[in-house]
Amino acid sequence: MKSLAKIISYLALAASLVPSLLYFTGTIDHDAVKVTALTGTIIWFISTPLWAGQCETADMSAN
Amino acid sequence: MTTDNQPTQVNEYEREPVPPKAHLGAGKFWGMYAGEHTAGTEFMIGPLFLAAGASIQDLIFGLLLGNLLAVLTWRYLVTPIAIGKRLTLYYQLERIAGGSFTKFYNVVNGVLFCFLAGAMITVSASAIGVPFDIHYTVPEATFGLGAPSFTALVVVVGVIIAVVAAAGYQAVARVANIAAPWMIAIFAACGVVSLVQMEATSFAALSEGKYWSDAIAFVQEKEGVQAFSFWQIVVFAWLCNGAMHFGMADLSIFRFARRASSGWAPSIGMFLGHYMAWICAALLLAAQIKLSQDHSANPGALAWGALGWTGIICVVIAGWTTANPTIYRAGLAFQGVMPTCSRKTMTLVAGAVATVAGAFPNLSAQLLGFVGTYGTILGPMGAVVFVDYYLMKKIGLRDDYAVRVGTSVNLAALVAWLLPVSIGLYLIFAKGIFAAYAVIPAWLACGVIYLALSKLTQKPVSA
Repeated sequence: MKSLAKIISYLALAASLVPSLLYFTGTIDHDAVKVTALTGTIIWFISTPLWAGQCETADMSAN
Repeated sequence: MTTDNQPTQVNEYEREPVPPKAHLGAGKFWGMYAGEHTAGTEFMIGPLFLAAGASIQDLIFGLLLGNLLAVLTWRYLVTPIAIGKRLTLYYQLERIAGGSFTKFYNVVNGVLFCFLAGAMITVSASAIGVPFDIHYTVPEATFGLGAPSFTALVVVVGVIIAVVAAAGYQAVARVANIAAPWMIAIFAACGVVSLVQMEATSFAALSEGKYWSDAIAFVQEKEGVQAFSFWQIVVFAWLCNGAMHFGMADLSIFRFARRASSGWAPSIGMFLGHYMAWICAALLLAAQIKLSQDHSANPGALAWGALGWTGIICVVIAGWTTANPTIYRAGLAFQGVMPTCSRKTMTLVAGAVATVAGAFPNLSAQLLGFVGTYGTILGPMGAVVFVDYYLMKKIGLRDDYAVRVGTSVNLAALVAWLLPVSIGLYLIFAKGIFAAYAVIPAWLACGVIYLALSKLTQKPVSA
C-alpha cells in the first residue's frame, strides 16, 4: 500500500512540474498546464501523507 | 515538543549536550534545510530583486557566489562549534552572557520573528484575496494600511495562523514536510511558465535576456532609476540568514549532527530556495510586467498568473508553513520572560503582534532591508560564542564566564553586542546603508570588543 502511494506521489509530483516543460516546448497550452498541475497537487496531498514519515520527533531548533 | 502543563515527551536536550544516542545522520539535515528555505519569503524576495533593478547576469552569478559563501559559513563556522559543544545557542549564551541577558536577547529575537511572520501573513492574504477580488496594494507610508478589505483579510488569516500555532505546530510541521518537494516543483514550474509567457523559449532569447531588461526598464520608468549591484546581491544572499549562521542560531540544529559533513546540508536550501526559487519568483514579476504592464509584486497575483489555483495554493501553504513555526517560536521567547503566562497565551500575543505587522503591506515590501537588519541585530552575538569557544582559554581567560561567576548579565557581552548593533542600526536607518552590509563589521566588532572587555573585566574564578 505504501509503495503504491509512493509511486502515485511521484507521478503527482511529475504532473506538477512536467506540464510546464511541455508548455515550454510548445507541446501543450497554458490552460492544460494549470489543470494538470492542480490535479497533480491534489493527488500529491492525498497520497503523500499515506507514506511520508510522521512528524519529526524533536524540534531540533527548539529554544 | 513541549505543551502546556505537560512534560515534554521527547528529550530535546535543551540544557545538556546532545548524547551520542540522539545524534542524527546527514539525511535529516538535508531534508530539513530543503523545506525550511523554500518558503513564503521567497515569493516576496525574488520579485524585489527585479524591482530594485538587479541585472539578470548579476542575479545569476551574485546569488551563486553569495549562497556558496553562506553554505561555507554554516559548514566551517557553525558546525564545528555545534558538534564540539552540542548545546543550543540559548544555553550557550546563558552560560557565557547570563540568564537575564539571554532572555532579553530572546525577546528581541521574538519581536523580529513577529515581523517576519507578519510578512508571511501578508503573503498568504495576498494569495487568498485573488479569487475574492481583494486587492493587495502597497501604500507609500511604511505604516500605511492597504484597502479595508485586505486589512480585514489579514486579520482573519493572522487569527487562524495564531490559533493553530497556539495549539502546537506539530501538524503544521508535518504539512510543511509533505509540501516541501511539491513547493520546489511549483517554484520551478512558475519560472518555466513565466519564460514562455515572455517568449523566452530559445537559447538565444534566454541568453540575450531582453525579457529581463525590458522588465527592468519598465520598473525604472515608473519608479525612477535604481541599481542593485552584484556585490549587494552577493552580500544579501550570504547574510540574509546571518542570524542563523554568523549569529549561530543553527547551533541548536547542528548539535544533533553525527558528523561535521552534515554542515553541507544548507546547500540544498540555498541552491533550491535562495537560488532557483528566488530567480523563478523574479521571473513571475517580469512575466506579469510583459503581460499586463503591472509591476506590483503581489505574490498571490504573480503565482495565479503562472499556475492559477496551484499557484494560489502554493503561496498560501508557503506563507502559512513559514509563519506558523515563527509565531510559535516567538511565543516561546516571550514566555521565557513571563514564565507565569502560558505558552498558548504568549503564542497568541506573538500572533497578534505578527497580524498587526502583517496589516502594513509596506513592511513585507521592505523584506530585503528587513532581513539585513535582522542579521545585523542578532548576528553579532555569534561572535561572542566564537570568541568564547576558540579564544578565551588560549589567552588565559575563562569561558562560560557568567555561569562561573553566577551573574545573570555579563556586562562585557552586553556592551560588545549593543555597541556595534547600535552603530549598525544608526548607519542603516540614519545614513541609509544597505542593511546586509552591516552584518559582518558588527560581528567582527562584537568579537573584538568582547575579547577586550573580558580581558579588562574578568575576575579570577575557580575552575
